[in-house]
Amino acid sequence: MAVVYKKSIALTDAPLTYCPGCTHGIIHKLVAENLVELGVYDKAIGVGPVGCSALCDFFFACDMYIAGHGRAPAVATGIKRTHPDKFVFTYQGDGDLASIGTAEIVHAAHRGEKISTIFVNNAIYGMTGGQMAPTTLVGQKATTAPYGRSEEHCGKPIRIAEMIATIEGAKFVERVSVNNPANVRKAKKAIRRAFELQLEGKGFGLVEVLSTCPTNWGYSAVNALKWLEENLIPYYPLGNYKDY
Amino acid sequence: MAKGKLTIDSEKCKGCELCVNFCPKKTLELGKETNTKGYFPVTVVNDECIACGTCAIMCPDSIITVEKE
Amino acid sequence: MAKKLMKGNEAIAQAAINAGATHFFGYPITPQSELIEFMAREMPKVGACFLQAESEVAASYMVYGAAGAGARVITSTSSPGLALKQEGLTYMVSAELPAVIVNISRGGPGLGNILPQQGDYFMCTRGGGNGDYYHPCFAPASVQECADLIVEAFDIADEYRMPVLVLGDGMIGQMMEPVEIPEYKKYVPNKPWAADGNHIARGVHNRINAMDLAADVLEAKNNKIQAKLKEISEKYVKYESIDVEDADLVLVAYGTPSRACKNVLKKAKEEGLKVGLIRPISLYPFPKVAFDKINPKCKAILAVEQSCGQMIEDVRLSVLGKYPVEFFGRTGGNPIIPEQVFEKVKNILGGTK
Ligand SMILES: Cc1ncc(C[n+]2csc(CCOP(=O)(O)OP(=O)(O)O)c2C)c(N)n1
Ligand code: SF4
Ligand code: SF4
Ligand code: SF4
Ligand SMILES: [Mg+2]
Repeated sequence: MAVVYKKSIALTDAPLTYCPGCTHGIIHKLVAENLVELGVYDKAIGVGPVGCSALCDFFFACDMYIAGHGRAPAVATGIKRTHPDKFVFTYQGDGDLASIGTAEIVHAAHRGEKISTIFVNNAIYGMTGGQMAPTTLVGQKATTAPYGRSEEHCGKPIRIAEMIATIEGAKFVERVSVNNPANVRKAKKAIRRAFELQLEGKGFGLVEVLSTCPTNWGYSAVNALKWLEENLIPYYPLGNYKDY
Repeated sequence: MAKGKLTIDSEKCKGCELCVNFCPKKTLELGKETNTKGYFPVTVVNDECIACGTCAIMCPDSIITVEKE
Repeated sequence: MAKKLMKGNEAIAQAAINAGATHFFGYPITPQSELIEFMAREMPKVGACFLQAESEVAASYMVYGAAGAGARVITSTSSPGLALKQEGLTYMVSAELPAVIVNISRGGPGLGNILPQQGDYFMCTRGGGNGDYYHPCFAPASVQECADLIVEAFDIADEYRMPVLVLGDGMIGQMMEPVEIPEYKKYVPNKPWAADGNHIARGVHNRINAMDLAADVLEAKNNKIQAKLKEISEKYVKYESIDVEDADLVLVAYGTPSRACKNVLKKAKEEGLKVGLIRPISLYPFPKVAFDKINPKCKAILAVEQSCGQMIEDVRLSVLGKYPVEFFGRTGGNPIIPEQVFEKVKNILGGTK
C-alpha cells in the first residue's frame, strides 16, 4: 500500500484548538508539508502571533516563538539576525499583521528580511470574538460593526498583498485561498515559492491566505468556504503580485 | 481505478464535514456516535474510494491517512 | 586596559561590546544617541550585529527574538522610548529571556525635554509593563560604574533569564571621565532552552512564549518569577554608604545627584554638621539593609532626586516610620545644586550649631 496522504512530521500530535472546519488548520498543514518537502524542517524556527493561532507553538514541531500582538516580524528579525543560516517564518492573522502590526511587517519587508510570512486573512478578529478587522468587507457585520462595516466611517478594507508588493525589499508576494482542493494545492505552491526565495537569500516573502472563520462569520464550515469564494475573492484578487 | 484505504483518527475529528463535502465518491459521512469530545466523527460509508487524497488534504485537523492499493 | 577619557554613553557601549554583546537593536533618541551611534560604528568591527529598528516597540521584540535564539543582546533608549519598550519587557520577563536595557533618561512627562531628569524611577523599578513582575535595575553614578554595571547586568540577565535595566540620567550619558573598560570576552552561548532551530538534535522543540492559559500554569510561572526576584534581592543589593552610623541627617540619592550630595557632605563637615549619605546602586532590589545601619538618633532622612519624588517611596518603605523622611527635588532638567540641598539640610536640622 502506498501512502497518498499522511499528516506531516512537522506537526505535533497535539490536537488543534481551532473551531471545527476552521481553515487555519489547512494552512498549518501547507506550512508543515513545505518545510519537510524543502528539507528545511530540521532548521526551521517559526514565530506565531496573538490571535487564534497563538497556540501554534504547540502545533508546529520545530522550535517556535509566540510574539506580542503584531510583532512577529520584529521577533523573526531578531532570530534571523542571530541565526542567518536557519529558516525563519512568521504565521500571522489579519488583526495581528494588518492592524496592530503594520509597522513591523512593512519594515521587515522594507529591510528585505530573509524571512517568510504566512498572512492568514479571515476578515475578522477571530480570537477575541468577531470584532471588525481592517480587512473586514464593507457591509460585513462584526461585533464592533453591528450594522455592517461602513466605508464612510471606517474606510475600505486594506489589501495587504498589493501594499507589500510595492516595497522594494519584498521579493515574493502572492495571494491564495484554501476554499477548495485546487486552491489549496495552489496555496501550497505559493508557500513553497516564498520559502525557496528565503533559501535563495533573495529577501522577504509574503503569502496572503484567504481563510475562513465559520464561528464568527456565523456559517457552517462548508458554507463559510462558499462565503469566502463569493465575497472575499472578488475583493481580494488571487494571484501573484511579485516574484523575483 | 485504484482502491483507497482510509485511517481516520476519530477521536480528533470535529465533524466539520469539509472532507465529506469534497469527496468525489460520496465515501464519507458523519457517523451516528459521538467521540469523547462530543463530535460526530466521519465514517466510511461505501467502498468507492479512489485514493484521490482530497478528503485528507481538506481536513484542517490532518486526521485522515489515505493509502492506495 | 589603560584608563581612557570617555562619555558615559560611550563607556556603556564599549563595555557592552567587551562583555561579548552579539546584538544591538535600537531607535535613535536624545540623549542616548551617542550610544546607538557608537554601536553602529563599533559592533561590526567585532563581528556583532547592529540593527536600527523602526521603533522602540520593534526594537524590544527584536531583542525578544534574538534573546530567545541565544544571543547576548542589548538595547538602549531614553524615557519616551522606554515607555514603548515596556511591552517587549513584560513579554521578556514572562518568556524568561535575558537582555540588557539601557535607559538614559530625560525630562518628562510626555516629550518633555532632553535634559537630565530622574522621572522614570517608577517605570524602571516597578515593572513598567502589564502584569505582576519586577526586574533588576541598576543606576550608575560615574562613567566607570556605567561600564562595570553593564558587564554585570549581562551576567545577571543570563543567570536568571531576565531582562536587566541600567538607568542613567542624561548627565551621566554626556559626562566625560577616565574609565577602564573591562577586557573583551567572547560570548560563548550555553542556553539549552533557546529556540535556535536545533530541535532535531535536541529531540524536543523549544517554545518561547509569554502566554499560559491555565490558571495553575500561570500561577506557577508567577511564583517562579517571584522566586528569581527574591534570590536576586538577596544576591545583588548594591549601595554606597557614607557616615550614616553617627549622622544626624542622612541624604539618599542615586545617579548623578548623589555627586552633588557628596559636596553637601563636605560642606556639612566644614560647618560641623553630621550628615551621611546612602547611594542606592541597585534600585531594584532597593538596598533596604543600608538603612538599618543609620544612627538610631538620626533626626531625618532627606531624599534628593531630580524628580517630584519617586525613590522617596522606597526610602519610606525602608525606614518604616523610624525617621521622618523629607524631600528635595528639582525637575525640568534643572540640576541638583549642593548649596540648595545644604540650605534644606540646615532648615531641617534647625540651623548650624
Ligand atoms: C496588545 C494587545 N491588544 C489586543 C489584544 C487582544 N487580541 C487578541 S487576538 C486579537 C485579534 C486577533 O485577530 P487576528 O489577528 O485576525 O487573528 P485570528 O484570531 O482572526 O486568527 C486581539 C485584538 C492583545 N492580545 N494584545
Ligand atoms: S474563531 Fe474563527 S479563526 Fe478562530 S479558530 Fe474559530 S473559526 Fe478559526
Ligand atoms: S481519498 Fe478521495 S475518494 Fe477516498 S474518501 Fe478521500 S476524497 Fe473520497
Ligand atoms: S475534515 Fe477532518 S475533522 Fe472535519 S469531518 Fe472530516 S475528518 Fe473530521
Ligand atoms: Mg483574523
